[in-house]
Amino acid sequence: MRLKKPGFIMERYIPLLVLLCLWQVLCSLGIVASYVLPSPTEIAVGFWDLLTVGMPPGHLLYYHILYSLFRVSVGFSVACVFGVPLGLLMGWSHRFHDLFSPITEIVRPIPPLAWIPIAIVWLGIGIKSAAFIIFLGAFFPILLNTASGVIAINPILIDAAKTLNATQRDIFFKVLVQGSLPSIFVGMRVGMGIAWMTLVAAEFSGVKEGYGLGFMIMTARDIQRPDEILAGMIVIGIIGFSIDWLFRTWESRIRPWG
Amino acid sequence: MYLELVRIGKTFLDEKQGTKTCAIAQIDLQIEKGRFISFVGPSGCGKSTLLRIISGLENSFEGEVFLDGKKILEPHSEVGLVFQQYALFPWRTMCENIEMGLEIMGMGKAERRAVAKEYIRLFGMEGFERLYPCQLSGGMQQRVAIARTLVMNPKVVLMDEPFGSLDSQTRNDMQEFLMDLRQKRNDTVLFVTHNVDEAVFLSDQIVVLSKRPARILRIFEINCSKPRDRTSKEANDIRREVIGILRRERTDTSPVVS
Repeated sequence: MRLKKPGFIMERYIPLLVLLCLWQVLCSLGIVASYVLPSPTEIAVGFWDLLTVGMPPGHLLYYHILYSLFRVSVGFSVACVFGVPLGLLMGWSHRFHDLFSPITEIVRPIPPLAWIPIAIVWLGIGIKSAAFIIFLGAFFPILLNTASGVIAINPILIDAAKTLNATQRDIFFKVLVQGSLPSIFVGMRVGMGIAWMTLVAAEFSGVKEGYGLGFMIMTARDIQRPDEILAGMIVIGIIGFSIDWLFRTWESRIRPWG
Repeated sequence: MYLELVRIGKTFLDEKQGTKTCAIAQIDLQIEKGRFISFVGPSGCGKSTLLRIISGLENSFEGEVFLDGKKILEPHSEVGLVFQQYALFPWRTMCENIEMGLEIMGMGKAERRAVAKEYIRLFGMEGFERLYPCQLSGGMQQRVAIARTLVMNPKVVLMDEPFGSLDSQTRNDMQEFLMDLRQKRNDTVLFVTHNVDEAVFLSDQIVVLSKRPARILRIFEINCSKPRDRTSKEANDIRREVIGILRRERTDTSPVVS
């Protein structure tokens, strides 16, 4: 096993730093035009502008992030509220599974983004249609992972519970729900990842409130600010990574076993 | 009679292939309270199936099982079952695993914790209460499984090759542990094993089963004193005889008359 000396921890960031330096040099020498690919320092300035001036001016980054997070939270929460219980039922009962899987199998392959036009027809442009698209993106990974988590539970655990007088209700709550928790987390993490990706695309096609990271990037494109486009992309990446990190931390808190 | 097996038989149907496999031909047995009965037989002879029938987990079989005058129709904590693979709930700590049955019963938290603590002390497992099954050794896991069953004070304890996946040293320790426990509690135990030494060391009675379909070949009464000397003459004589029967059973290719 390799010792984790400080030097070794830094080692993994060396390629990234080399890449950034190379990028900066290429831009500074004028080999790559800055309207195609702005240099890292220009992106940093763009980021500063997003923070202080806003894009469009007056619409600060901070608010774009809050609006985007709000849309994702609504869509993702609804996906969890429906996806987890339905997944548990589908894993629990063959009958339920057979009844619902034809529907889910047909709807699932439709990309969430393909729902954008009809969502706008049904719900108009705004939080409702955005949340609906995000819901669709997050729902299926949550549903299917939950169901497969229940199916994967060793039947011997159900037998063990039965010999301890467990009723169907006890088996459901104390064995199936608990036992599928790791898969539920996997579903939520995958679902959140897709929700976040879906959100940006949904915001590309317009927002009513004038806020949202996807909207911000599209506005930056409209007025030719590639530095702000890239800064916005990096913000999206960092937030996505942070959310996943939060999930992993939460999971290790409430699921300390193996 | 305390536990009665009346004309027990079991045939497995394979619906896909349309074949029938007779696992248990016919077993009649009467067992007195407080005795330790071992079932030995060739592997795959239906010993485990027999225990599943007695536990009420098997729902299609021929014959009837009576415990203390009552017919067994479904799993109940009066018939405790200890599985070879331990079947502990991975998401529960040692203490929570032992409490499972009490929790289902509706016992209050403080009360059931006190009962579990008592068993943890009796089983010599203090200091490990908060660990999850994956953090425990095989021997310890099986002790937790036994405690989880005994905490319900079952009228009869079924053990399905409980020490089958332990190394031989741990296995010996566990046999002695079980022997000590019996001096203290005097449970009625039905113990399935393919290890003749283990059966001779632990049992009051050894039931030798035939190869599939299982029927009773012979019943040995063991009246040696306890604690037992594994290498005493009586133990050796019985061991030789049981091994002889099993060897004949293995090499005998004539059709089984049931």
